[in-house]
Amino acid sequence: MAINWFKYSAPSTFYGLAGKLIPWFALAALALFVAGMYVGFYVAPTDAVQGEAYRIMFIHVPASILSMFLYLIMAAYAALGLIFNTRLSSMMATAIAPTGALFAFISLWTGAFWGKPMWGAWWVWDARLTSELILLFLYLGFIALHASIDDPRRADRAAALLAIVGSVNVPIIYFSVKWWNTLHQGSTIKFSGTSMHVAMQQALLLMFLACWCYAIAVALARVRSIILERERATQWVGELKEVQS
Amino acid sequence: MTKRQKRLAFIVGGLALVGAAVGLVLFALKDNVSLYFTPTQVFNKEAPQGRSFRIGGLVEEGSVKREGDGLTVHFVVTDRVGTMPVVYKGILPDLFKEGKGIVAQGKLEADGVFHAEEVLAKHDENYMPPEAKDALDKAQKTQEKESAK
Repeated sequence: MAINWFKYSAPSTFYGLAGKLIPWFALAALALFVAGMYVGFYVAPTDAVQGEAYRIMFIHVPASILSMFLYLIMAAYAALGLIFNTRLSSMMATAIAPTGALFAFISLWTGAFWGKPMWGAWWVWDARLTSELILLFLYLGFIALHASIDDPRRADRAAALLAIVGSVNVPIIYFSVKWWNTLHQGSTIKFSGTSMHVAMQQALLLMFLACWCYAIAVALARVRSIILERERATQWVGELKEVQS
Repeated sequence: MTKRQKRLAFIVGGLALVGAAVGLVLFALKDNVSLYFTPTQVFNKEAPQGRSFRIGGLVEEGSVKREGDGLTVHFVVTDRVGTMPVVYKGILPDLFKEGKGIVAQGKLEADGVFHAEEVLAKHDENYMPPEAKDALDKAQKTQEKESAK
């Protein structure tokens, strides 16, 4: 049987699929979040060096990873939209940006709250912190640039270029603690394994998956609104139940 | 080439160019991007002279001495090759401990001592409960004893 891979690249079919997927991802996000918080606060042991304060990493680390991953996904969608002129790709890029910006902000914010008791400073201009701040500005720049151009197709193209150029920053964030002297510690989770207690790993994994499900759910909800807004003149939108009522 | 292929080539080529440019800039600014200098770098005169900079390394075991006022602390920062005596007046972060990493901002004075205005603690990327840490420390000590024999 031949699968039509391009079926869901049309906004009209994807709109329905997204609507069906959102509740599942939202529910999974909630369940994983509750489980992750439970394991993080009640099962994971106190850290030998940092005491209880290390538990902030259960939100800090997933938020940081997501902020970087979402940027790459956003840039990939933007590039697809630019190369193939597919409408949905550009809409997805626009839909992901606010969530990515939120995670970058959470990462910086929780990092400051972790840094004050452990390092003794809310903020230092080391390579890791600075490059993550640049990531937040890239997200905000993408959103602002897209919003400042009235024609959505031209806005897509301009913002896509910014997103693609900005993706150079993501490997810099990841490798910053390796390439330069930083106050931020090296990676705990490496391709070669982790240097962390098992229960801590489980809590981190649960929170990581919760953040993923949340990000997917809100990105899909956002892309549905964008589809409706941009395709409002088409017949299929006019025939939708939720539009007619 | 079709229009699509041209656009793809343009994006891939552009990204490679931007990546190379950023890489070269960061490589040229290596010393500026790094947060601190190691004691060895200071002795090799790589650190700025006569103005404030940051020094980083481990606090040498047994080097921490407090003065009578309870605030002024003397200690030695080491990177296992070079060492640098540091004096600091103020409250130290909780994680400040002998054998652990710190980053201090201040000036190297003529007396050869680094006068710090701010001391930050640097922790490592390992997380474990106290029992596991005790076991690990014990294992390390017995190993050291055996290698000393």
